[in-house]
Amino acid sequence: MRWRDTLRSGVEAIIGHGLRSLLTILGIMIGIAAVILTVGLGEGAQSSVNSAISALGSNLLVVTPGSTTSASGVRGGFGTASTLTLADANALGSKKVAPNVIAVAPQAETIEVLTAGSTNWTTTVVGSTASWAAVRDRSMQEGGFFTRQEVSGADDVVVLGSTTASELFGVGSPIDQTVTVNGEPLTVIGVMASAGSSSSTNLDDMAVVPITTAQQQLFTGTFATSVSTIYCEANSAAGLSGAYQEIDDELLAAHHIDEPSAADFTITSQTTIASTANSVNRTLTDLLAGVAGISLLVGGIGVMNIMLVSVTERVREIGLRKALGAAPTDIRRQFLVEASSLGLLGGIGGVLVGFLGTVILPHLQSNPVSLSLPATVGAVLVAIAIGLTFGVYPAARAARLSPIDALRSE
Amino acid sequence: MSDPTGRTPRVEADEPTGRVSRVGLDGDPTLIVRRPIIDMNQLWKTYRPGSLDVHALRGVTLTVDEGEFLAIMGPSGSGKSTLMHIMGCLDIPTRGSYKLDGEDVSKLSEGALARIRNREIGFVFQQYNLLARLTAWRNIELPLIYARVPGAERRRRALAALDQVGLSERAEHRPTELSGGQQQRVALARALVTDPALLLADEPTGNLDTAAAGEILGLLQELHRAGRTVVLITHEPDVAAVADRTLHIRDGQLEPAGIAA
Repeated sequence: MRWRDTLRSGVEAIIGHGLRSLLTILGIMIGIAAVILTVGLGEGAQSSVNSAISALGSNLLVVTPGSTTSASGVRGGFGTASTLTLADANALGSKKVAPNVIAVAPQAETIEVLTAGSTNWTTTVVGSTASWAAVRDRSMQEGGFFTRQEVSGADDVVVLGSTTASELFGVGSPIDQTVTVNGEPLTVIGVMASAGSSSSTNLDDMAVVPITTAQQQLFTGTFATSVSTIYCEANSAAGLSGAYQEIDDELLAAHHIDEPSAADFTITSQTTIASTANSVNRTLTDLLAGVAGISLLVGGIGVMNIMLVSVTERVREIGLRKALGAAPTDIRRQFLVEASSLGLLGGIGGVLVGFLGTVILPHLQSNPVSLSLPATVGAVLVAIAIGLTFGVYPAARAARLSPIDALRSE
Repeated sequence: MSDPTGRTPRVEADEPTGRVSRVGLDGDPTLIVRRPIIDMNQLWKTYRPGSLDVHALRGVTLTVDEGEFLAIMGPSGSGKSTLMHIMGCLDIPTRGSYKLDGEDVSKLSEGALARIRNREIGFVFQQYNLLARLTAWRNIELPLIYARVPGAERRRRALAALDQVGLSERAEHRPTELSGGQQQRVALARALVTDPALLLADEPTGNLDTAAAGEILGLLQELHRAGRTVVLITHEPDVAAVADRTLHIRDGQLEPAGIAA
């Protein structure tokens, strides 16, 4: 039998049992679409994490407070302690202490209500030093960032994110306008260019003030004495590990801690943040893909089921074909072609649904979904392979049928 | 009636017996060479459903010459079906030899048997066995598909075979749109399309009324007159009567031809 005739016969058998074929194809289709979408979601999440982390700035080390341990031995969560101070940041800024660190930006932040005229806006108020803009890799859209003099003078100035500026002042220029925070009038001296948003924070919705101003006039309680983060920029990517060591040594000494494992702070680099986030994502994606894979397996069993029904139903036809000269190979091929065609059609359907999903899903939830070409091609191949694999047993059964028994059956 | 197969005619037009006869090279009409299509020698078929051997055939020896029209009669359980299965290469004998058109087929593999069935044998069954989803001509082309004949030639030969059984105008009809007699004629065309050495008809009129049965038997006789070798299996004496020779089978053994005929 020629391949063309085998193909034609398989396709005719599929069309001949339209509804049944459609339901079988549906099983494969759902499995393939699920695989494509979970892989797409995973890849989308990964790229959004990567872009959020590169938005932090380059060659950055982030120092955060560690966990608290009360006298009774109860440990608080990560980041709950207020062990980092402005003095720590100033020490790290010294060339002698940390030669590999070229810029330091301590950051204290709270949520405050900003008032401009009759407009109120609640946002994050960040207190930092003049090097913050450079360390966080932010550029100005209008005006300028505050200077070291303004920081040491604890001047009443503020730099706004682009979203915050437009919420408070609309389309007009906010430069030299006044924003009131906690009863303290601040003069707007600059607006930052948009930096986009990471999944957790909107980088365009914030107000930055000199940390001295923040601690002396705006913030209260522990916010007035401690900083939540110290950003340190290393001189180069190669200098990162050196900088890490210098920061670690200095802070351990400053906090009088002998045992490095008892450190009350944590230093993270972009790479560790990225790899942690990505490994979490990967675990989730693997899990979801596993579930999708199971549904694909169920689809494959559906193909086997239908093919077995098809063989049983066509015992007489198989017997006749054998009597007319079909060799076992011809019969086996015919059923394998039928099964793999079901797989192929399911694969194509699944890719279409998956593609539709990548268009629709981003509108329904916040995570981006990307359609990866290798995953798509792979999914179609897997679908065909599933059809083939689960078609082997039914096809072998059909090929083994004796023409006499097959013709005799009614 | 045209012969679409291109096989050389087996018989002179004025030959009344239908037996193949070839005049010797020296032109002496008394020197007649008969070529056996079926040559069975001491054929045994033993089944072992349990521990007990069941002998379906007990030493059948049979020769059918080219161009012969033979009927085999026997009650159910006589071994008639087993003989037909072996004759049609659907099964192989346990012992003994079977030469079909000169080739020993008693020990062939399943794939080789399939090729023999495809090329040498045309089956006509009691149940017609047409595929319901295919039209008449596409049912007829089936054996040609397995012979790897190209599509255009398949259609040409299928239509020619359909013409041979007088159903040209029904080429695009499905089996369900045809009467029983017409369906059996399509099945007959399918058996003829490969131009087989042997036409094997198993109770071909079993499901037909008298008129339709007559038509089919008439066609078989016509084919026989045109030189076809036909073996007809039946349990009805009326049907067997159309053949030149009738053999009776009982308990797995052929009864002496002289007595039976």
